[in-house]
Amino acid sequence: MSNPGNSQALSLVRKTGMALFLAGFGYALFLTLGSSYRLDQEQAGKLFGSRLELIEAADPAFVGSTYRGKAAFLGALSALSEQSADAARARFGLSAADVEGMVSRNADKPFDLQAELALMEQAGTPEKAEKTKTWLGWYDGKTLSASELQTQLSAKAEGLNAGISGLELSPYAAFQASREASLSLAATRPGLAFLLTFGLVILGGLMHILPKTSEPAGIKNNGVQQDGLNSRGLIGITLGIFLIAFYIVLYWFPAWIAEWSLITDPLSYALTGGPSSQWFLYGWLYTVAVVVMGVRYAIKYRHSRYQLVRTASVTFFQIGFAFLLSNILQRFQLPARDLKNIWPLDYTFFYEYNVDSMLRAEVLPTAAKAMFALGIGLIVLGVPLLTYFYGKRWYCSWVCGCGGLAETAGDPFRHLSDKSLNAWRFERISIHSVLVFAVLMTAAVVATQVTGAEQFLGLKTADLKAWYGFGVGSVFAGVVGTGFYPLMGNRVWCRFGCPLAAYLGLVQRFKSRFRITTNGGQCISCGNCSTYCEQGIDVRWYAQRGQNIVRSSCVGCGVCSAVCPRGVLNLENGPEVDRTAVQAILLGKDKIQVLS
Amino acid sequence: MHLVILGNGIAGITCARHIRKRSDHRITVISGETDHFFSRTALMYIYMGHMKYKHTKPYEDQFWAKNRIDLVRAWISRVDPAAGKVVASDGREFAYDKLVIASGSVSNRFGWPGQDLPGVQGLYSYQDLELLEDNTRGAGAARAVIVGGGLIGIELAEMLLSRQIAVTVLVRESSYWNNVLAERESALVTRYIQSHGLDLRLETGLKEIQAGANGRAAAVVTDKGETIACQVVGLTAGVSPNIGFLEGSGLETKRGVLVSRAFETNLPNVYAIGDCAEFREPLPGRRPVEQVWYTGREHGVVLAQTLCGQRTEYAPGPWFNSAKFLDLEWHTYGDVPPTPQPDQASLYWENASGQQAVHLVYRVSDGRFLGINSLGIRYRHLVFDRFLRDGRNIDFVLENLAAANFDPEFFRAWEPDILATYNRQTGKNLRLKQRKGLRAVLNLIKPA
Repeated sequence: MSNPGNSQALSLVRKTGMALFLAGFGYALFLTLGSSYRLDQEQAGKLFGSRLELIEAADPAFVGSTYRGKAAFLGALSALSEQSADAARARFGLSAADVEGMVSRNADKPFDLQAELALMEQAGTPEKAEKTKTWLGWYDGKTLSASELQTQLSAKAEGLNAGISGLELSPYAAFQASREASLSLAATRPGLAFLLTFGLVILGGLMHILPKTSEPAGIKNNGVQQDGLNSRGLIGITLGIFLIAFYIVLYWFPAWIAEWSLITDPLSYALTGGPSSQWFLYGWLYTVAVVVMGVRYAIKYRHSRYQLVRTASVTFFQIGFAFLLSNILQRFQLPARDLKNIWPLDYTFFYEYNVDSMLRAEVLPTAAKAMFALGIGLIVLGVPLLTYFYGKRWYCSWVCGCGGLAETAGDPFRHLSDKSLNAWRFERISIHSVLVFAVLMTAAVVATQVTGAEQFLGLKTADLKAWYGFGVGSVFAGVVGTGFYPLMGNRVWCRFGCPLAAYLGLVQRFKSRFRITTNGGQCISCGNCSTYCEQGIDVRWYAQRGQNIVRSSCVGCGVCSAVCPRGVLNLENGPEVDRTAVQAILLGKDKIQVLS
Repeated sequence: MHLVILGNGIAGITCARHIRKRSDHRITVISGETDHFFSRTALMYIYMGHMKYKHTKPYEDQFWAKNRIDLVRAWISRVDPAAGKVVASDGREFAYDKLVIASGSVSNRFGWPGQDLPGVQGLYSYQDLELLEDNTRGAGAARAVIVGGGLIGIELAEMLLSRQIAVTVLVRESSYWNNVLAERESALVTRYIQSHGLDLRLETGLKEIQAGANGRAAAVVTDKGETIACQVVGLTAGVSPNIGFLEGSGLETKRGVLVSRAFETNLPNVYAIGDCAEFREPLPGRRPVEQVWYTGREHGVVLAQTLCGQRTEYAPGPWFNSAKFLDLEWHTYGDVPPTPQPDQASLYWENASGQQAVHLVYRVSDGRFLGINSLGIRYRHLVFDRFLRDGRNIDFVLENLAAANFDPEFFRAWEPDILATYNRQTGKNLRLKQRKGLRAVLNLIKPA
């Protein structure tokens, strides 16, 4: 054992690391929430184009004013979007007074459109004249009574006015405006901001993690069940809420993290040749989480070479494929695809824009077509063959990005998965429902492309896509899948929702050489295996009766084998015979009639 | 028929489950310890925070009602075979047609002065775990002394170390657990646990436990005259059958309840299994009282046959066991005696790192393989069971050793080194015939 002085020093390093981590994280939050914002004329012109006039009409002070805090800036933008609509209506729309004037001038005689247009020109509102010409052209020369005219023109005016909007503030526009207007260090010196945020977070994280190497190798889950972060204590719940909020912001309100994307601009230019987006930022954050927490995982399980090799693999696929390669492809104007992502996890693979980008590419068309071939090959050959030989683990815990995050950043929460029979029942219904939904939606997408029909089995393809994208793609996979790590364990998405996991699982369950074997009678039913199974499999139930474990949900992370204090569990590939056999003979059941 | 089982440990519960598989008898399991069956061997993990109590329950609570196994929480204070009933400490009475005593063990206390002071405890039951929480709560406990260096002693030491409590272990033997482990394994484990921060005092016994001003244990005096200040004392010098409540019942007892090979006591319709049973005629090469998780489970399976109308004698396969000393795993199959026996020879191999070792024993006269101890390498029960049942020659075992390897994928294979050691030792030139993996296993376990 290390001497007390040494261990005190290491404890200090760990605490300092945590402090640096929190400082970096805190500063990142400050940057994106507490910065100041100002747009000058040129920036505003670039952002708003022809709408700039309207903005200036609505609030002449907006351009050039400084706003303190993201909330103030986004509030001003949102107010501006309403005010500019009013300004636009005043300019292009027909007011009640306009209608009244037209009625009094044209009642009971042929409607004189030209005179009305001339009046508007004279008033200096040619845009209004133009719209009026379009909307009221039918009335030219018609004779109506005052009351008829009043009713009909009012209705027309309402329609005309409704079509007039001011500044349209989409989430993307707000994101771009925030980036452009930011006066923070993230905008002025992104390199320095990078060091003070990501730099500190990474450094602090590693300082907190690396001293663990001074402890003896082996399973050390000491205190996991009492820890506030790991076991749904106050810190864990707070982290869960933060993660959920982060995903909601990422998907629907990216303006709130605009500075974080600014910080990654230099990296984005280097890789893609363009500025960062919230998705580039997300890829970077994801990669950092996988790498830093991958180091933690490797240290924690370093007594197992299986765990070391597997962690190296998921980390490699995250850095190399998900992050670097997809961004570099973009640089070469190829489809920015994560080549290891497989349909139906990659649910947009058959979407028209994706198919077009691969099959009808103008730049390097052969390479783009090869990407399509690879994607199809993985679906029809890769998944069944590799799963037959190695089990679904070849993907879920060795290659997949979701799995990579779950196995690294999610490891501290693996024991929170529900092991009950009811959870298993729910899992089978839910994950296979998502698979059916994914297949149905994709069939509709393909049918629409082939036949041009907008409907499939009586359902609108566009609706199916929208429901799937929102319900499964964003809410289930992102908000719930990762946001719930500290609440329901690290494999919520993989276990209950991932349609690819369902597909891999069907192969693993019915046609595979993979199983977890149990070591005869050596099980002491302690429960470590079940407790630390991230997929909520009651491993012990099999182990204590000497039965091999063949379950569709098993991702082959190998942790049950690693935490077993009696060497009972092993992940093995082999001939399919006796795949689910019970070794009753070793449990004292020989010479008796065996009833399972 | 109403079967009453005293004790909801592995023996009693296994018996109940197997009775249910084979019959519709009414089954009542009575325990004073906990409401539900839990894994006693996992007590240490609750204390260390790896698991909560609920995780140590191998079956969901709904399992018992679904399988019509009635659970009663009561301490039984008296057994009255004449009236066919048991009486609980709260006065409740339970009539039975057949009674199974599976009451487990209690920690040994050898009449040491101060052994009943507050702060002194064993580690066997759920109540012991609660007591340990009380005894080590807060900053009150800085050092603990553990008396007895067996499996429970090392577990207790690991538990306390996990909470930064310094631990001294008094071991009567000259080397850790050398009444079970052979000399070199014992030496390796001794070195291993010493290097993990344990203060191991060999050939040292307990003389007395002294109380402090607060009336709690405050120091331990060893038989070498040394006084060690401490706040907690763990008594882990083995366990004995828990049969105190059977006094006056007419059951014949010695250390435990005396039973036949079919777990029948001297009284009709009363049986005993698990830790509390003592065989009148022990099985060859085995102890009269078997205090191991696995034997308790086997006892339960076998007795269930008898209780369901098919009298069955206990005839277990080759011996096996396992344990973990801190991070060092130990497997044993067959018989590796602690001291060399006539007509036996050994192959001992140890990795230079001191993290792996195997010790195989075989008969000199005919080369028959007798048993293996392995440390830091997992070996497959199924394969060694076959080696032993088939009476395989040591050469055959070594040539096929890789097939028995149960380490995870990518782990370094030590079998070539082990075989090379054997070749050097014997002048033979054997080669490994199998590679690790299921295919090799299937080849080996095919009926001969």
